[in-house]
Amino acid sequence: MKELIKRLVEAYGPTGSEESVRSLIMEEVKPYVDEMQVDALGNLIAIKRGGGKKLMLASHMDEIGVMVTHIDDKGFLRFYSVGGLSPFTLIGNRCYFANGTVGVFGMERLDAIKDLAMNKMFIDIGADSREEALEKVNIGDTAAIRREFCDLGKRLVSKAMDNRIACAVQIEALKQVQNLAFDVYAVFTTQEEVGLRGARVAAFGITPDIGIAVDVTATGDTPKSATMDVTLGKGPTVKVRDSSLLCTPAVRRHMEQVAKANDIPYQLEVLQAGGTDGGAIQMTKSGIPTGVMSIPCRYIHTASEMVDYDDVEQGVRFLVKLMETDYLG
Amino acid sequence: MLLKKLSEAFGPSGCEQEVRTILREELKDHISEWQRDALGNLIACKPAAAGPRVMVAAHMDEVGLMISSVDSAGLLHFHKVGGIDDRVLVSKPVLIGKGRVPGVIGAKAIHLQRPEERTQVIPHRSLFIDIGAKSKEEALEKVKIGDYVIFATQYGELGASMAKGKAFDDRAGCAILAELLKEDYSFPLYGAFTVQEEVGLRGAGVAAYAIEPDLAIVLEGTTCNDVSGIEEHEYSTVIGGGPAITFMDTSAVGNKAMIRELVRLAEANGIPYQFKGTVTGGNDAGRINISRAGVPVVAVSIPCRYIHSPVSLLSLADVEHSKALVKLFLRSIEGGFRV
Amino acid sequence: MQTKEFLKQMVEATGVSGSECRVADFISRVYGEVCDEVRSDVLGNVIGFKQGAGDTKRPTIMLAGHMDEIGLMITKIDDKGFLKFTQVGGVDQRTLVAQEVVVHGREDLIGIIGLKPPHLMAPEDRGKAIPMRDLQIDLGLPAEKVRELVSVGDVVTVNRSFMELGSDIVACKAMDDRAAVAVIYECLQELKKLHHTADIYAVATTQEEVGLRGATVSTYGINPDIGIALDVCHGAMPGVPEEDTAPMGKGPSIAFGANIHPKVFEQLTKLAKEYNIPYTLDPTPAGTGTDLWAMQVVRAGIPTALLSIPSRYMHTSVETVSMTDVKLSGRLLAYFIASIDAAFVEGLLCY
Repeated sequence: MKELIKRLVEAYGPTGSEESVRSLIMEEVKPYVDEMQVDALGNLIAIKRGGGKKLMLASHMDEIGVMVTHIDDKGFLRFYSVGGLSPFTLIGNRCYFANGTVGVFGMERLDAIKDLAMNKMFIDIGADSREEALEKVNIGDTAAIRREFCDLGKRLVSKAMDNRIACAVQIEALKQVQNLAFDVYAVFTTQEEVGLRGARVAAFGITPDIGIAVDVTATGDTPKSATMDVTLGKGPTVKVRDSSLLCTPAVRRHMEQVAKANDIPYQLEVLQAGGTDGGAIQMTKSGIPTGVMSIPCRYIHTASEMVDYDDVEQGVRFLVKLMETDYLG
Repeated sequence: MLLKKLSEAFGPSGCEQEVRTILREELKDHISEWQRDALGNLIACKPAAAGPRVMVAAHMDEVGLMISSVDSAGLLHFHKVGGIDDRVLVSKPVLIGKGRVPGVIGAKAIHLQRPEERTQVIPHRSLFIDIGAKSKEEALEKVKIGDYVIFATQYGELGASMAKGKAFDDRAGCAILAELLKEDYSFPLYGAFTVQEEVGLRGAGVAAYAIEPDLAIVLEGTTCNDVSGIEEHEYSTVIGGGPAITFMDTSAVGNKAMIRELVRLAEANGIPYQFKGTVTGGNDAGRINISRAGVPVVAVSIPCRYIHSPVSLLSLADVEHSKALVKLFLRSIEGGFRV
Repeated sequence: MQTKEFLKQMVEATGVSGSECRVADFISRVYGEVCDEVRSDVLGNVIGFKQGAGDTKRPTIMLAGHMDEIGLMITKIDDKGFLKFTQVGGVDQRTLVAQEVVVHGREDLIGIIGLKPPHLMAPEDRGKAIPMRDLQIDLGLPAEKVRELVSVGDVVTVNRSFMELGSDIVACKAMDDRAAVAVIYECLQELKKLHHTADIYAVATTQEEVGLRGATVSTYGINPDIGIALDVCHGAMPGVPEEDTAPMGKGPSIAFGANIHPKVFEQLTKLAKEYNIPYTLDPTPAGTGTDLWAMQVVRAGIPTALLSIPSRYMHTSVETVSMTDVKLSGRLLAYFIASIDAAFVEGLLCY
């Protein structure tokens, strides 16, 4: 599975430009599902029918990135963030565009580093003039952070673990599941990072009976971290709440029961800041019972997001069992 | 002249009647079917037997003020309706309510101020409107709490093919949409003059829910800060640079196929165009985009300097070019363009 | 049941956003006495249905008052058995210090959010508010026992009893917004004496404090012709500009602005004048900060209006309301409902 994860995290897919990730995922899941659709916002909906209620899964394909807003006459690119990207994580970092062009983040001279803001930075793609730059990039082009996948053995590090690790878990679960207890709509969503938009429209179109989103969540296990009782290596989480939803108590209970019945280690997650596709699914039409499973992740929204491989494997097992165990509400 | 009429119309968010009336009158010989809803959106329906359902939207409302209380001296205090920088309010004439009672937002004379006061921003809660009443009772004979207030700005043409006036955001969009609706198309077209965009993009979503479009174009008035002292990369748009196409803002990601087609049409027909250079701000496209199971959208905007203030500036050439570009796009849909 | 008793039992019950079931069960039972049927939806909204008179297409009116309260949620149990927590909804951390709380774990446990005694505090620290992350709940139990009984994700409320102060004022936690649920109940009682054509959906909504969520989905399901939200607004008090508040005991505050349909507003004020019900005006240009904001833009749009009950000390555990305002609001709402017919609803699309 590590090879699949590497391909996914290294793929190019900032919010609004998820096409290559979508193609990659379509190739992977095609032999394992009955039908695939792409909707108006570019969501990939992979349908695997087992009869029974409609279960919608959602993991978002998009990653945070930057968009070019201006090219100056010396060939430097001005940009703004797409999704929640902090300028402090860009210093010294590199990005890459859909056509492979690589850029370096530079910044203007500042009186104090705390004055750093997106509009005081620029991207250098090695061009000496606007004309030269325009041969490779244009206004409106988006770039993702460029950083390679690293296998540390027990732990894996890369950019875009948020949320390609969840995509990997969802893909792998579709490959392994045997006795489906639902008609499963496994959605690989778009535009989560800018407001859960893909999940919102996909859920409206599907109107599932129950929804489970898969995402990453923060941990409380690094020096002087924010208080959070989630630790790398202690298993995937059953979410209690984040800023976008309070998980439906009956779904949360169901998820805990499934984990316990199948000896899957799990942690309860209370995320104080940050929302997920679950929030959009729950608020669809007259309400959908919704839960979320998360993969614990350190250093979210930086170039080096870190997950534990055991958590990932247990996450796959958990998702398989959730697809195989009927929800009685 | 329609743009003049629309610019001078009274229509802060939540009180768009006058704009609605002007548009219905303007289109009475061209639209036989109007759709209404609970929020007051005005939707012109041009049904057709086949083809994609196309929604074109422009919002009728402008930023303004609302009377919140009257003090014992007969001075009126107010809330802001929509996003207005407090600094543009001082020393301006205004008109209150449908009766257009004239008033002024005054400030202490310079002679009476200490030097350090002059560098302070006066928050809007410390400002008041004076309608010349000497007491609370006298004031309440002419106005009431909850009355809406607009800036008393007259439309005028100046400079090189430019116009000044209030509310170009988005009466310029409404003017273009009205013109587009005077022609006929082979596909179903819904011209949505929306309400309450400035207080949270409120009208567009319910209009889209009712119309169920296959794709949508939003006509907007957008930020244009191409003035001295601003860095080029913070201009957002350039006046006279033509219609501005938005790749992405905080409310929506523009549909790439639609953007490509607009660019192709502009280049093939010699229409100047630009891309919006900032990713901040949002508009009706945001609500339409996520309506029901999703709608591909793109926003085409007219650059307006000094937006959300008593007087903005736009280029009439930009208005003409924006109209021409969107018209070409609609004809392209007739010719088979699909998302 | 008397409205005051209903209110007392509601505010003393537990119902933090997302975990409203205890107060929901109670409200369901009581609504059952005044409605034809009561059900719950996926997000736990309690929906009481009361049919109107007449055979022809009856207009539908939805009333919404939220039953959820702000509270706390456990984020971690430390080695000494102290509980770390975060907020659910907008909690002012300064109102938590030196409070008795109830932790709703496997059992309800009393705890204390304490403050370092003044004797041990450095002078400069005494001037600072303590951030929530530095507060903790002391259950007086050893860590192993705490872990048996409490879990991450459990909710916490302030331990507060209903109090009757002078001049018809009552105080407790959760007046925001159970006072409004009481108004709806009062209205339903009044309607027993009146004839109404409209079908009524009396909804006690959930999760308003975290994003108007219950109202969004319940309105979608009901798709009413008119939606009226009931909430609290700021009661006049020292230190707050008069124009931001409404006086206590002088009737409901009726909002006006973009979130409100002008004809529904007109009808409410017209009836208030006709029936001599005092009220104040609340000019609100944009969002009202209530369930109404969500209700208005559901589906193809809903004509909406807001009645607010003045309340002092909102989002503390000693919120106060006047029972006079509760009664007056309930009565106005009843007259409004009784005045609605199909013709009125038709007219709402005419601008």
